[in-house]
Amino acid sequence: MNKKRLAQVSLGLLILLFLAGCSNWGVKPWERDLLAQPKMQLINEPVEAGLDDHIYFSKEGSSGGRSFGGGGCGCN
Amino acid sequence: MSELRKKDSALSAGKLGGTLAAIGCALLQGMPNQVQAGELEKWDFDAAVLLYAESDSRVQAVEPVISATRNFDSETKLNLKLALDTLTGASPNGAFTSDQPQTFTRPSGEGQYSAAAGELPLDDSFRDTRIATSAQWSAPLGRDWAYSVGGHFSTEHDYLSMGGNASVSRYLNQKNTTLTLAGGLSLDTISPEGGIPAGISPMAVWGSSNFDNDFAASRVGGDDDKTVTDLLLGVTKVINRSTIMQFNYSLNLSDGYLTDPYKLVSVFDQAGGGLQGYRYEARPDSRTKQALFWQTRHQLAGGDVVDLSYRYQFDDWGMNSHTLEMKYRWGLGQHYLEPQVRWYTQSAVDFYQPYATSQQLSVGSKELTADYRLGNFDAWTLGLRYGYQLTAKQEIYTRLSLYQQTSSNFSSAVTPASGSDLPKTTAVMMILGYKF
Repeated sequence: MNKKRLAQVSLGLLILLFLAGCSNWGVKPWERDLLAQPKMQLINEPVEAGLDDHIYFSKEGSSGGRSFGGGGCGCN
Repeated sequence: MSELRKKDSALSAGKLGGTLAAIGCALLQGMPNQVQAGELEKWDFDAAVLLYAESDSRVQAVEPVISATRNFDSETKLNLKLALDTLTGASPNGAFTSDQPQTFTRPSGEGQYSAAAGELPLDDSFRDTRIATSAQWSAPLGRDWAYSVGGHFSTEHDYLSMGGNASVSRYLNQKNTTLTLAGGLSLDTISPEGGIPAGISPMAVWGSSNFDNDFAASRVGGDDDKTVTDLLLGVTKVINRSTIMQFNYSLNLSDGYLTDPYKLVSVFDQAGGGLQGYRYEARPDSRTKQALFWQTRHQLAGGDVVDLSYRYQFDDWGMNSHTLEMKYRWGLGQHYLEPQVRWYTQSAVDFYQPYATSQQLSVGSKELTADYRLGNFDAWTLGLRYGYQLTAKQEIYTRLSLYQQTSSNFSSAVTPASGSDLPKTTAVMMILGYKF
């Protein structure tokens, strides 16, 4: 129970940190050249990511987090 | 019944695959040649095959996958994906290693398989083919919003899953911040070989005079289902010209039949004592998982890209896990090399035990599993990806990775176990792919 509480509090703090940082972070629209590259996308290799999610879902007790990973199988 | 189901699911999957192909063809048919060429240019394909092999002739898998994306404009796209998953080999059945040879009734109730003294018991009747398809549509909603909707369907001879998902994103601060809310729902049906075993019921002994009655008594039906609901809240933040960061909170609720119908638990009279028999495992009928996920991607001055991510997951079964992953994309002109490292650790769920004692069962355990995937272990993955950009659109790539899971010692006053007696999984994975 305590761990859950701790996680909830840290989540709240992290989100606040993100929002507080908004004014200093970021780029102008004409500075997006690098971020627009395929290799800079958060999931830049979706096929590889899908295969990994499927493998880890079948072999480990955790899944998801990045997106709705794995699932849809009776994997053993 | 089971044969019938096999055919049914294969038929519906075949139909779906056919429908997807037909949609693709219909889009192209009836168009003049130049238009056809133009149409093809708007599609991006990524075709790959995964070869997966565990050591000691355990699970072997071959999984070809094709992903096709039709780009309508920079933000509007339709993605269609089709994957085929063929599995063979043997899988740990949950029973504990013994100094005596062991025999187990097959899940179907037809025949038996055995494990030699001192050997980890593996069910060798493991064989399956799975077909999975999905479609996802993503588009902007005015200047500051975007949405995405999708669905999936997958079938194998003892499992069927279908579901949908939707998400909406809001851009803030000149698109430097994106807030995303996503939800998903999946309806799954499991129809195991031999039916659904009654939780904690004794495994009927093949060849015993009372086998038919005992086997029937250990079953509660032909199939069962579960509902999986997902909710995700995400914040994506552009830090500077070369750094982007994401933070997600996700909630995953599973309700229904969450037990693995093929897994057993060995019963001993006491730790290190005589083997009394086997029981079918039983898990609670609901599980709530929560995860915090953080990812940062940064481009260095020379164009190399570093990706670092961390996930903390916890659930109401008592499991906690940490996952740390790092990738480094090293550009070499038209080629690139990408070393990848992943470290994972999980604690056991509250009802995990490597085996049980007869005294525990006489008190009436309701939930019990010896599935190593719900036990405590650490895992490492080391991988190297290589890609060669042939043209702006074409790329060939390959990735070789090694995955190793090591179980920790299980400390308990009643059922202690040394990690060396628990399953250890080593797998080699190779992906070969082509983008065009």
